[in-house]
Order: sequence, then C-alpha cells, then structure tokens
Amino acid sequence: MAPMIATHGLHKRYGATHVLAGVDLAADDGTVLALLGPNGAGKTTLVNVLATLLRPDAGRALVGGYDVVREPQRARTVFSLTGQYAAVDDLLTGRENLRLMARLAHLPAATGRRRADELLDAFGLADAADRLVRTYSGGMRRRLDLAVSLLTRPRVIFLDEPTTGLDPRSRGDLWAVVRDVVAGGATVLLTTQYLEEADALADRVAVLDRGTVIAEGTAAELKRRVGPAHLELELADGSVRRLPTDGSVPDARRLLAEVEAAGLPVAHWRLATPTLDDVFLTLTGGAHGATAPALEEVPA
Amino acid sequence: MTGATLTPRPGAVVGRAPLGGWALADTRALIGRTLRRSLRTPDTLLMGIALPVIIMAMFVYVFGGAIDTGMAYVDYVVPGIVLLCAGYGASTTAVGVASDMTSGLMNRFRSLPMRPAAALTGHVVESMVRNAVSTVLVVLVAYAAGFRPVAGPGAWLATAALVGAYVLALTWIAVCMGIVASSPEAASAFSFAIMFLPYVSSAFVQPETMPRVLELVARYQPVTPVTDTVRAWLTGAGEARPWVALAWCAGLFLAARVGAVVLFRRRTR
Ligand SMILES: Nc1ncnc2c1ncn2[C@@H]1O[C@H](COP(=O)(O)OP(=O)(O)OP(=O)(O)O)[C@@H](O)[C@H]1O
Ligand SMILES: [Mg+2]
Repeated sequence: MAPMIATHGLHKRYGATHVLAGVDLAADDGTVLALLGPNGAGKTTLVNVLATLLRPDAGRALVGGYDVVREPQRARTVFSLTGQYAAVDDLLTGRENLRLMARLAHLPAATGRRRADELLDAFGLADAADRLVRTYSGGMRRRLDLAVSLLTRPRVIFLDEPTTGLDPRSRGDLWAVVRDVVAGGATVLLTTQYLEEADALADRVAVLDRGTVIAEGTAAELKRRVGPAHLELELADGSVRRLPTDGSVPDARRLLAEVEAAGLPVAHWRLATPTLDDVFLTLTGGAHGATAPALEEVPA
Repeated sequence: MTGATLTPRPGAVVGRAPLGGWALADTRALIGRTLRRSLRTPDTLLMGIALPVIIMAMFVYVFGGAIDTGMAYVDYVVPGIVLLCAGYGASTTAVGVASDMTSGLMNRFRSLPMRPAAALTGHVVESMVRNAVSTVLVVLVAYAAGFRPVAGPGAWLATAALVGAYVLALTWIAVCMGIVASSPEAASAFSFAIMFLPYVSSAFVQPETMPRVLELVARYQPVTPVTDTVRAWLTGAGEARPWVALAWCAGLFLAARVGAVVLFRRRTR
C-alpha cells in the first residue's frame, strides 16, 4: 500500500541555513506520524512544504499520492492544515469562520452549513458560535481552528504543535479528536515538542534535529533507546543525579537501596519518565552534566 | 465528540462549480468577509471621516483667512480634502492585508483549493465601498461648512469616476505595502505617509506660492492633477486636466496591480 504522506530527500535552505537537509518520511493510510523536535528543528518548514505553502529546493513530497509541487491543487483536496498559530478571522463569529472556510473549500452550500453546525457542537462551541472570535479564549480559538480544518473531512490532516499552550484538559480533548479522526480512517501528521504526546497518539515517531531525521520508529522503540525512565535525585548541595531504571518497582527499590547504602544526602527524589530532552541527548550523543553517571562515580 | 462528525469522506466531495466559476465564487465569499469586518471596525470608517472634517475645520476656519487663492477658500480646499480623505481611507487597506499575511489566515487560504489572491480582491472591494461612503459623508459636511459646488450631474459623475480611479490605484499600492510589511503596525505607517502627499500639492495652497523645489514636486505628483480636475469640475475654477489625472491613476494602478502579483508570489514561495 502506498503511503498517504511521503517525502523523499527534501531540502530547503534559507540563505546559509539548511532548514531541511534531506528529509525522508512516510505515513501509512490511517496512521499517526509524530514529528518530534525542538524549536527551530524545521518542523513547521516541513509541514509547510507538505501543505503546498513552501516550495522545497530539492526532493519530492507526496500527499495522498499527489506531488505537492506539481499538483498542488489536487493535493489541497486531500489534506487540511492546522498551523502552529490559529488561523481564524477575529472579526467574524465562530459560525461565520466555518461557513466562509466551507465556501472556500468548495463544499456544496448546504453541506457547508450543516458541517459548520455539526462541528460547533462537536467542539463545544455551540454557545459561542455567534460571538466574534475576538472574544474567544486561546483554547476556544484553537478548537475553532481545528474544527475549520475538519470541515471537508480530509483524508490527511497536518497539525503543527496542536497542543502547545493548551491546558491539560484541552490537550486531552485534542488527543481524543485525533484518535477519533484516525479511527475514522484519516492519516495525521502532527508535530510536537513532547515525547509524551507522541507516545500517546503516534503509531510512528520521527525525531527531527536541525533538518534531518535522526531517529524513526515506534514510541516504544525510541524510548527503549533512551531507557524508559530514571531516578532523579536532588542532593542536599542542590546538584542533581540521574540514575537509569526500567521503571519497575524492583528496579526502583534496588536503586534506592543502593543510594541509601552509598549514604548520599538526598533532599528530594522522583521517578522521571523520558522527555524529549532525554531522547534528544541520547540520539545526538550530546554530553550533558546530568546524564546518569554510574553510582560509583558519584562523589559522596 | 461524535465519531461520525469527524470521519473522513472516502473521496473528494466538492460542490459543482457555480456560475462564473470558482474564482468568482471565492472572490464573492471573501468580499462578504471584508465587508463584514468593515462593519465591525467602524473606527476605520469614522477615522476616515473625522480626520478630513478636522482638517477641513482647520483650513477653512483657521488658516483659510490667511490663504489667498482668488476664490472662496472653502471651495478651493474641499476637493483636496476629499482626496486626502479618500487617500487615507485607501491606505488603511495596507493594515488589513498585512494582518492576513502575518496571522496565518493567508496560509490557510493558500492551503485550500482556491485562488488566494481573491483575498486581496476582497480587501480592495471593501476599500472602494468604505471610501464611497466616507467620501459622500465628507462632501455633505463640506456643504454644511459652506462649500457650494456648481457642478451638474455629468460633472458629479465624472468626479465620482475620477475619485474612484484614484482610490483604486491607492488601494492597490496599499495592498503592495500590506504584502511586504512585516506586521500590521509597520503597514499602518504607510497610511500616514500617504496623508502627507496632498500637503505638497495644489490641494491646500497654489503650488506657485511654494519654494521652487516643492513647487516642482507639487506640480509633477498625482494629487495635483486629480485635485485640479475635481476642483474645476465641481467649482468651475482653474483648469481641468482629466487626461493627466487619469493617466496618473491608470499608471499607478497598473504598476501596483502587477507589483501586488509579483510581491505576493515572492512572499508566499
Ligand atoms: N522565512 C524564513 N527565513 C529564514 N529562516 C527561516 C524562515 N523560516 C524558518 N526559518 C529558519 O528555519 C529554521 C526552522 O524553522 P521552523 O519554523 O521550521 O522550526 P520549528 O521546528 O517549527 O520550530 P518551533 O518549534 O519553534 O516552531 C529556524 O532556524 C528558522 O529560523
Ligand atoms: Mg514550528
């Protein structure tokens, strides 16, 4: 089966900056691909290339089988984009925004009106439907933005950092939406800075760093490479030690016993699950003062 | 969340192309959008009227007595103020375009199977409508201030057409500014720049009374022939130069129209 989203050797430069340096990605139909990367990794640039907003300097990108450079108009009937910043008109109401975008997406008029109402309901915006978006909270704007991108029931959905800036509840709601659309058969590419989010949603995760994919696989595979968790010890002098663990009770107990036996002056401790930072440091082999020294090396 | 609401459709369901094609339908939808926005930001319209009214009061009642133009000063100055108002009103389009360009809305438009430049057309049409309203109001205020035009219906129509051409040209220049501006705030500086153009023209004083350099600037810039022509048509004073005025408007319009396409392409690559 041909993938719904595919890139081959994508390059994009801005002057001397090589923002995309040969990106190869693929997402199968009905799956979620998470693109994990820090600020400036090139996530938005990649999404913009896929969404036909930006021309790559080299390489190919296919969405729903359509080449985004050669057949942008066809590609645009397949996907929808929810950008990093909500793209809604502040001076229109929520309902007007949806109806306008439905017209511009060339939905039949009656379908457009019906979809607008359905989505306002589905996203809990029915009560605010006839208020100007200017009066919406940040979370409401994001929900409206997402609703707009679902108007056409797109086969492919690009979400650029959809949960950055959302409170935990809204984040949970958004995750539910992503699961719903995927259960319905859509393919989702989402960018995120949180491993946790990739873990919760994605079938496959690609880690992007300075324009290249430095790792790709299931969330479980990635985490295995990092070590699933570590014990974080904050010592009395304020320094931090991190001890790798598999997160199981026996292993944590064993480590804590060792710490106690070594007589370390621990002020606080906690079990920390891997963060993007950890994946990152491991994958880039970056030296980091706090990366798990063996217990023996810890000065008493 | 209801699963059915979110389920993707099997194939592309698009409506049948309407009469006149999608381009026309997109443009109509986006004109509706900008007109709505216009009604919801009455301050833009109010500013476009309040400003010329204040300027009119200043010039007619404060400076007017000291300026000798060989005719009632109110009759001399009103055409210039009408154009000043229209120019200012047209230039505020730069802000609307810049906010679309920088807010992500333009990216959304571009990710849809529509012609994104239709959004620009929406702003232009809104500017034409808004300026038609504000210009009429300014003329009414001028009438209250003692402006007594002698024009017949033909001259009024011709005046409306010329002012329309002037607004159209300036609006497209404003669109260009909105496209290149890095923010709506930067774009709004443009509307102030446009405000100063009429001061160095025949709008308020006769160019002959200016220092030599300014007189040349005044003589060979677009506001002067447009003002002179409108003044001659409405009050019968001075010399109408409709062809020079129209040539300026047409030239500026064409340059700005082409410029907008080129700049838009470059900005959205
Ligand atoms: N138009 C542009 N001109 C010059 N440089 C750009 C441009 N757009 C992006 N860049 C650069 O490209 C790099 C990647 O940017 P991009 O927005 O794709 O990153 P990102 O992964 O989305 O980051 P973030 O998490 O902050 O959204 C950055 O270094 C950025 O400065
Ligand atoms: Mg980004």
